[in-house]
Amino acid sequence: MQNNRIGSALNEICSIEETAGQDRWVNKLHPLVKLFVTLFYIVLVVSCGRYDSDRLFGMILYPVVLFNLADLSFRDAVKRLRIVLPLVMLVGIFNPFFDRQTVTRIAGIPVSGGVVTMFTLMLKGVLTVLASYILIATTTIGKICYALRLVHVPKILVTEILLIYRYIAVLLSETRKMTQAYELRAPGRRGVAFREWGSFAGLLLLRSMDRAGELYESMCLRGFSGEFYPSGVRKAEAKDILWLLLWCMVLVLLRMFPVVRMIGSLVVK
Amino acid sequence: MHMADALVIPAVAGTMYAASTAAAAYSIVQVRKENDPLKIPAMGVMGAFVFAAQMINFTIPGTGSSGHLCGGMMLSAILGPYAGFLTMIGVLLVQCLFFADGGLLALGCNIWNMAFYGCFIGALLIWKPMMKNGADKKKIITASVLGCVLTLQLGAFSVVLETLLSGVTELPFTVFLAAMQPIHLAIGLVEGLITAAVLSFVYEARPEMLWGIGKTGQAKGRLSFAKTVTILGICAALIGGILSLFASGLPDGLEWAMERVAGTSELAAEGGAYAAAESVQSTLSFLPDYAFKGSESAAGTTVSGLVGGLIVALICIGCSMAFKFFRNAAKSSSAEV
Repeated sequence: MQNNRIGSALNEICSIEETAGQDRWVNKLHPLVKLFVTLFYIVLVVSCGRYDSDRLFGMILYPVVLFNLADLSFRDAVKRLRIVLPLVMLVGIFNPFFDRQTVTRIAGIPVSGGVVTMFTLMLKGVLTVLASYILIATTTIGKICYALRLVHVPKILVTEILLIYRYIAVLLSETRKMTQAYELRAPGRRGVAFREWGSFAGLLLLRSMDRAGELYESMCLRGFSGEFYPSGVRKAEAKDILWLLLWCMVLVLLRMFPVVRMIGSLVVK
Repeated sequence: MHMADALVIPAVAGTMYAASTAAAAYSIVQVRKENDPLKIPAMGVMGAFVFAAQMINFTIPGTGSSGHLCGGMMLSAILGPYAGFLTMIGVLLVQCLFFADGGLLALGCNIWNMAFYGCFIGALLIWKPMMKNGADKKKIITASVLGCVLTLQLGAFSVVLETLLSGVTELPFTVFLAAMQPIHLAIGLVEGLITAAVLSFVYEARPEMLWGIGKTGQAKGRLSFAKTVTILGICAALIGGILSLFASGLPDGLEWAMERVAGTSELAAEGGAYAAAESVQSTLSFLPDYAFKGSESAAGTTVSGLVGGLIVALICIGCSMAFKFFRNAAKSSSAEV
């Protein structure tokens, strides 16, 4: 059971890394531009009012366009919602009980303010997760760290993030081996028994620290001087600036005007 | 406890980013001051370790559920609070990007709720003072459990505040708090025990790996017996002499219960034994009911507190001296035989 969990985490990391490393047009855009657009989008989404479902609907445009342009799997993205949505639902599910005032009618059925706020909260949760997924599925972690360095995030933090990422797969594999060996010796037992809590994770920790020493020595032998230089990065070009300006303009328009309602009112009177 | 982007508004997220950035900047300065070249790879590998260790299910005895490791306390106990804090930032960012656990905008909140409390409060206010004069397994278990419980409670409280300030839920403050705090108390206890088990193992295998542990039995910084007795004496005098002024005039629990049952807090007793005991008490007690005889003054209450404490101390010292005397006498007689 634990092995399945570790295995799925490993698969998730590998799959994202593979998608981000592909030779697509969106993947080749400057990482800082993509990072900025993503953050700008998330800020605009969460700044929408609690009852402002019209403007929030318009914000769906960004993930829809990017999923098509980058040819991303919608199924993989939806799987990521399993962590965020329950928590968001837990916070929003009580809104209909406390806010019962009718704010609108859909096909003659009265809809209370609580239902609207619950719905907008969940929609915000979905949109923000999708935006983060688009960023990480089109940009490798090395390029994101490069973008962070460009905005003067300290070197020590960026190097550490890269090292964590590089070593997650190694330590997850090691943990999988250990849990597999444990499960084979303790069949039918769910999880690590109380008496073995310390020795099980403690051994992994000691091995990890030894590994840190070896890692540092090998880094020094390869000429490490405290700075990482990710491959495939370049300076921002005209197409990157155009992408940034275009999306900023579209997103601001979507945030300022209820575009979805305006289009709908053209059809429905 | 990871907060999603949808649960915060930009103003709250920005404020928490600013607070977390300040803590991160201070930590970077401190880590640079340490000037340990091995620190950065250790931070990277330990961050990955926290990830891997959180995938392990630790079975909670007597229940069908399992718990996980508390990252903040663990990292602080190994790397120190500043490097631990920076490592937790890395862990939270990778969790947010690769596993959608948390959000990019809510990252500042998550850093504050989990990394700041875990590393700064847990390590600097609990772990370090407890380990200053050397460590043992009991201290490690106490510090880990206390640290995890306290930091998780603070984190959960912050989640409630940040969510309510963002105005995304209609839940009243008290209801939300009552839902969050107890569940995180249970989580904190379990996480604390798992962290304690791992740190105890490390202490036995390689004690030099733990941060902030002073040498056991080191005289420096430890209080001598005389100093301890003096401090305890001053505390006793303060409590007996000053705090007794604020003693409640209302009945205590037993008196209250008696008043409810019998209608009076002082039951009348009849008989020769009771009369004899009462006459002895009235003769000996120069401060009846904690005041001078025939006086209701505050000074009487204070003096009675001090005198009472002194009498108890003298009785205790007398008893222990008598015990020592008889024990030594018994030893010497057995040695003669």
